[in-house]
Amino acid sequence: MLAYIFRNLLQRCVLLFIVSILAHSVVHLAPGEPSEVDPSNPRMQPEDIAKIRAAFHLDDPIHLQYMYWMRDLFTGELKSFKDSQPVLPKIWERFLNSLPLFICATLLVWTLAFPTGIQAAVHRNSAYDRGSTFIAYALISIPGFFLSYIMILWVVDLFGVPVIGMRTFGMEEASPLFRGMDRIWHLVIPSLMSALAGVAVLSRYVRSQMLEVIGQDYVRTARAKGLDEDTVIYHHALRNALLPFVTLFGFLLPGLIGGSVIFEAIFAWPGLGRLGYEAILARDFPVILTINFIAAALTLIGTFLSDILYAAVDPRIRLE
Amino acid sequence: MQQLIREFVWNDMENKQVTIQSETPVQEFWRLFRKDKLAMFGFIILLFLIVAAITGKVLTEWIVFFDPAMVRLVDKLMPPLSIASSHILLEEVPQFGIYILGTDELGRDVFARMLQGSFVSLSIGFVAVGISTFIGILFGGLAGFYGNVRLGFISVDTLIMRFTDVMLCFPTFFLILTAVALLPPSIYNIMIIIGITSWMGTARFVRAEFLALREQDFVIAAKALGLPEWRIIFLHMVPNAIAPVLVSAVIGVAAAILTESALSFLGFGVQPPYATWGNILADGKNFIFDAPWLFFIPGIAILVIVLAFNLVGEGMREALNPKLRKR
Repeated sequence: MLAYIFRNLLQRCVLLFIVSILAHSVVHLAPGEPSEVDPSNPRMQPEDIAKIRAAFHLDDPIHLQYMYWMRDLFTGELKSFKDSQPVLPKIWERFLNSLPLFICATLLVWTLAFPTGIQAAVHRNSAYDRGSTFIAYALISIPGFFLSYIMILWVVDLFGVPVIGMRTFGMEEASPLFRGMDRIWHLVIPSLMSALAGVAVLSRYVRSQMLEVIGQDYVRTARAKGLDEDTVIYHHALRNALLPFVTLFGFLLPGLIGGSVIFEAIFAWPGLGRLGYEAILARDFPVILTINFIAAALTLIGTFLSDILYAAVDPRIRLE
Repeated sequence: MQQLIREFVWNDMENKQVTIQSETPVQEFWRLFRKDKLAMFGFIILLFLIVAAITGKVLTEWIVFFDPAMVRLVDKLMPPLSIASSHILLEEVPQFGIYILGTDELGRDVFARMLQGSFVSLSIGFVAVGISTFIGILFGGLAGFYGNVRLGFISVDTLIMRFTDVMLCFPTFFLILTAVALLPPSIYNIMIIIGITSWMGTARFVRAEFLALREQDFVIAAKALGLPEWRIIFLHMVPNAIAPVLVSAVIGVAAAILTESALSFLGFGVQPPYATWGNILADGKNFIFDAPWLFFIPGIAILVIVLAFNLVGEGMREALNPKLRKR
């Protein structure tokens, strides 16, 4: 077991290294440079551009640039091209902004998807099952920003829920209680909208897992010995159907970055996805690369955790 | 009475035998698929939209019957079904003198733009999925068939599957966004980038299928007959491994159309003069109060087409599921 964990971690480090090289090459070999973002600026003289390029090491060969990036990243010296701020604190600050949104959305997904999916599986082919199936497909198929805009039009007039930013402007002097409530109030719509597609996907998955388990012999046995339906479904069937979802926990982590770009752009949420989007617009290579690197690291940690969790939960699986 | 029953049973058996013998896999698939009402509904919509996209291509580009690029500033932001005003020149008047789906902020006919966009949107989906399926089958097939061949210290299987793992580590949408933003804006770049960032699932399916098929008798027989390897791979193994690939391809088209619309929303989508449903929707969001049709028409169109692809894909998955067969 320990040997497995050790070997697995080592493999993942190699993967991370390859990912970072690939990401670095993609970003640096693609046309477009930080010095070209504002070509119409009359004060940009050729010597200024040369100075910028030298300062960012853009004239060095690509493997040297990679070394500089890695060195700066691990010594914490990495600076943004755009405003010369250190990258890691910048990302950390945005990460803390994204975190509540991510946690709320994830909680919503898991608490809504399970009851819907289980009910659909238990009452297979009923009107409820067909209705929820259709709604789930519709939610998967609708462009997220289209639905969000419709939602904004509808809720702002009706309930007065805020849909812009994380906090009300000018509330800095209010008591912590009110500021906290304000923060939570701002979370409602963004987290709901970013959760909806996840609810649809996960509830379909729960339904198919439950259907698989409900057809098993041990469920028939449980019914045959006269247990009531709730015990059969929730104790015997659900527990076994839950197994694959343990692995899904691992895939949650990377969603923190990838999935949030659109929703943070819609709701003007100053989070990690938006930081990445702004960095792409400004050709801010260190920020783009570091976010990519963190996302890849999170993915690897997530899949690693899910492997370990799966082995811990399912005694049939033995890691060698 | 006895006679009658025997005859009945006999007839029944005969019928059964006939159906079992005469049913090809495609017919069997179609019989199961047809039973699924949602999937059939999606299939009919899909056929209709594909026809619409092709007529759209013909009527907006080859024979310019509806002109998507005609700018009429006098008639800007007209609601659907409104009649063209009398201030525009004769050659600017839309077909039948009415704007079926209204006009946008430059007075362009939204119906013509939607028709043109349907072809572009669908072709983005199909080309992107074509690329990803091709790469997926190639890599999955190589890893499955030549998995044991060693290149120095590493086997082909390990090499390809590690590379797949590497690609899975990237946050896909962020990677697409980065690549699309850094490369020069072009519709082909978008197709290619979506294609080369979404082949990993297909590669895994194909590899798993190939690993199972490689040991089966018909492949061993084909090898014993001395058939060339490409023939074994493409004519004997790929057709047997294609079912899950087709399902994921159909769902992949839906995902590609959604990705394109999300890119358009962020301003990195297909650039003018091409109209896609994604960029009509992204432009329309700026006029959501003044001209809601510019926002709702493309939005609902995208919803319908993506829904159709998803329903058909799920219907195919159910119909191809071996657990449901022979019932």
